[in-house]
Amino acid sequence: MAKFTAKPDELSKIDFKPPKKGWMDTPVEIKEHMFCHAAKPKELDVVGFPNAHEWRPNDEDWKLPENWEKTLLEGMRDLLGKYRSFRLFMDICVRCGACADKCHFFIGTGDPKNMPVLRAELLRSVYRGNFTLAGKILRKIAGARDLTANVLKEWWYYFYQCTECRRCSVFCPYGIDQAEITMMGRELTNLIGLNIGWIAGPVAACYMKGNHLGLEPHTITSSIEFFVDDIETITGIRVNPTFNRKGAEILFVTPSGDLFANPGTYTAMGYLMLFHELGLDYTWSTYASEGGNFGFFTTNEMAKRLNAKIYAEAKRLGVKWILGGECGHMWRVIHQYMDTWNGPADFLEEPVSPITGTKFENTTSAKMVHIAEFTADLIKHGKLKLEPSRNDHLKVTFHDSCNTARGMGLLEEPRYIIRNVCNHFQEMPEDTIREKTFCCGSGTGLNASENMELRLRGGLARANAVKHVHEHYGVNLLANVCAIDRATLTTSMDYWVPGVTVAGVHELVGNALVMKGEKERTQDLRLEPFPGKEGNE
Amino acid sequence: MHVDVRELLSGKKSVILEKWFNKVLEAYPAESSGFLKNKKKQFSNPLGYTISQALEGLLDALLEEELDFVRIAPLLDSVIRIRAVQDLAPSQALAFLFHLKKIIREEIGSDETQTLREREAIESKIDAMALISFDVYMKCREKIYELKSDELRNMTYRLLQKANLVREVRGE
Repeated sequence: MAKFTAKPDELSKIDFKPPKKGWMDTPVEIKEHMFCHAAKPKELDVVGFPNAHEWRPNDEDWKLPENWEKTLLEGMRDLLGKYRSFRLFMDICVRCGACADKCHFFIGTGDPKNMPVLRAELLRSVYRGNFTLAGKILRKIAGARDLTANVLKEWWYYFYQCTECRRCSVFCPYGIDQAEITMMGRELTNLIGLNIGWIAGPVAACYMKGNHLGLEPHTITSSIEFFVDDIETITGIRVNPTFNRKGAEILFVTPSGDLFANPGTYTAMGYLMLFHELGLDYTWSTYASEGGNFGFFTTNEMAKRLNAKIYAEAKRLGVKWILGGECGHMWRVIHQYMDTWNGPADFLEEPVSPITGTKFENTTSAKMVHIAEFTADLIKHGKLKLEPSRNDHLKVTFHDSCNTARGMGLLEEPRYIIRNVCNHFQEMPEDTIREKTFCCGSGTGLNASENMELRLRGGLARANAVKHVHEHYGVNLLANVCAIDRATLTTSMDYWVPGVTVAGVHELVGNALVMKGEKERTQDLRLEPFPGKEGNE
Repeated sequence: MHVDVRELLSGKKSVILEKWFNKVLEAYPAESSGFLKNKKKQFSNPLGYTISQALEGLLDALLEEELDFVRIAPLLDSVIRIRAVQDLAPSQALAFLFHLKKIIREEIGSDETQTLREREAIESKIDAMALISFDVYMKCREKIYELKSDELRNMTYRLLQKANLVREVRGE
C-alpha cells in the first residue's frame, strides 16, 4: 500500500494520470514493500565479499565506498572481458519489444522498467556511455548515459525485481538471456556491498554449515527422525535412513527447505518412503545438506564455491553418483553451470538406476539425477505398486518451475509421475506452462516477507492461470518440483486462489505408494484423514 | 417525453464501458497502458482482462432493478485484489467506482427532475458498491499481513517443534 494521503481537493479530482517522461528522465523511486532488507556486513564478510557496510535501501545515502563508480566500471570491464555472452547481449538487442510483455513483474506491476528490454537497458546505457565509441560521442542520442548514484539505485532496485526466470528469453529472436544480464547486474552490486539479507544470510550459512538455514548435523538428523516417526504413524513401517555413510552407492541431496518448511516436509517424507520401499543403498549428508544454491544469486564465483561442497562430499563418502531432490535453481546450476565450474566429476560413475538398470546419459558429466527422472523411470518399468485412488480427492495441475522447465528441459517426467499417482490431472492453459511457464514471482532469493507486495504482483500471472483451472475444472492442488515454489506458491494461492493447496510431486507419490507390509492407510502424509476414512483413527 | 435513465445507460453501455476502462487504466504508466488495455489476452494480460470483465459485470449489475450483492461481490474482489497490491493508496485503489459517476453524468447530462432522481438512484447503488469495496480492500490488506506471519511459521515449523516451542495435541 502506498504511503499517500490524499488531500480533499485532490480526492475530488481523482485524476492520477502520471506525467509522460522518457525512462531516462524518470528517476527511480525506491518504494516500500518492493525491496528486501540490506545484507548485514558480517554475512558478506564471512565469504569475503568486498565493501560490506551498513546501509538501508530507503535511505538517501547508501554509504557507498570511495570510488564506487570506478569499482563498478572496472567490474563491468572485467565481466565484459570474461563473458563473451555479456558483451554480445549488450550489443545485439534491437529493442524489438518481443520480450516486453513476457515478464511476470511487468504484467503484475505495469512498471515499464520491469519490461526485460528496459531492465537490460538500465545497464546497457552505461555500457554504451563508457565502452562504445558511438555512446561516448553521441551520448543520449545513442542511448548512453553516465553512471550516477541514481542510476546505481535504479540498477539495484530493478535487478532485485527480476527472478532470472528466463521467460522473456524464450521469446527473444536473438536469444538474449535476460537472466544473465540480471546476473551481471547483481555481480556488480556485490562489488560495493549492496546485497540483500535474504540472499547473503543463506549464502553465509551454507558456506559455513552446509545449508541455507545454518543448521548443524544433529538438527538435520533429528528433523528427519520426525519424518520417520510420522511415516511410522501413517504406514506402520519404520524407515531407516542413514547419514554420512561412507561407501553408500548414492548420495541424496535436497534443498534444506524440504527438511524444515511446510509443505516441503511432506515431499521429504515421500522421498524417504520411496527409498525404503526400493531398498536403495543411499545416504543423506549432514554437511552437503543443501541442494539449493543462493550463491547463484550473487556472483558466479560464489555459486561455484557452494556447488563444490556437494561434489567434495560425494568424493569423501565414495558414492557412485548423486541423486537430487525436487528443486528449481539447483537444477539450472547442475545442468548449465556445474560442469564448467567444478566438472567433470570424473571420480563418480555414470548414474545407473540400481532398480531398472537405466543409464542416465543426460548427466554423464555432472553425475547428478533429478528425482523426477529417477521415479518416472521406476514407474515406466513397473517397479512401484501404486494406488492412485488415494489421491482421488485431489484435482491436480502442474506448475513447471522456471529452472527445471527452461533450464534443463524437465517437462514430461513430473507429468508422467502425476498421471500415474493421481487419477485427476488438468493442464493449465498452453501459454502458461512448459517452456512458457510463469514464474512463482519469488525466485532468485526474493522470497522474503518485507517485499510481499512485489511477490504477489509477480505471482499474478501464474495465479491467474491456476484460478482458471480452479474455477472451470475444480482443480484444488498445485503440484510442483521446487522448494521455493512449495513455500511461495502456498502464499500466492492463499491470496489469489483460496482453496488451492500446494504440494511436491513426491508427496503425491508417497500417498499413492503401496509399501510392503504397510497397515491400512487412513491418513495422508499431512496426517490428515483420507476422505471416507475419517472415523478410523 | 421522459426516457428511463437505465434504458439510456443500456443504450450507451459500450461507450460508457470504454470510457470507464480507459479511465481506470490511466492510473498506470503511459508506456505500459497500451499493453494493459488489451482486454482479450486472458492469460498474458490478467490485469487488463480481469478489470475489463469486472467493469462490464458491474455495469450490468447496476442496470438491474435491484443491486445483486452476491453477484457483484466477486467482481469487486477480482479488481480490488489486484489493486490492493499495486502501490496504490486506498483512495486510489477504490477510485475506479467514483470515476463511473462522473462518466454517467457526462453521458446523461439532462437536468430534468425525473432524470436527476433516477440518476441519484444509480449513484446510490455505486455508493453501495463503494462501501462493499472498503470491506474487500481491507480484507485483502489484512490477508497480506496474515500471509507474512503464516509464511514465517511454515518456514520454521519443524524447528519450532524440535525446540519444543510448539506441540500439537494428538488424539489417543
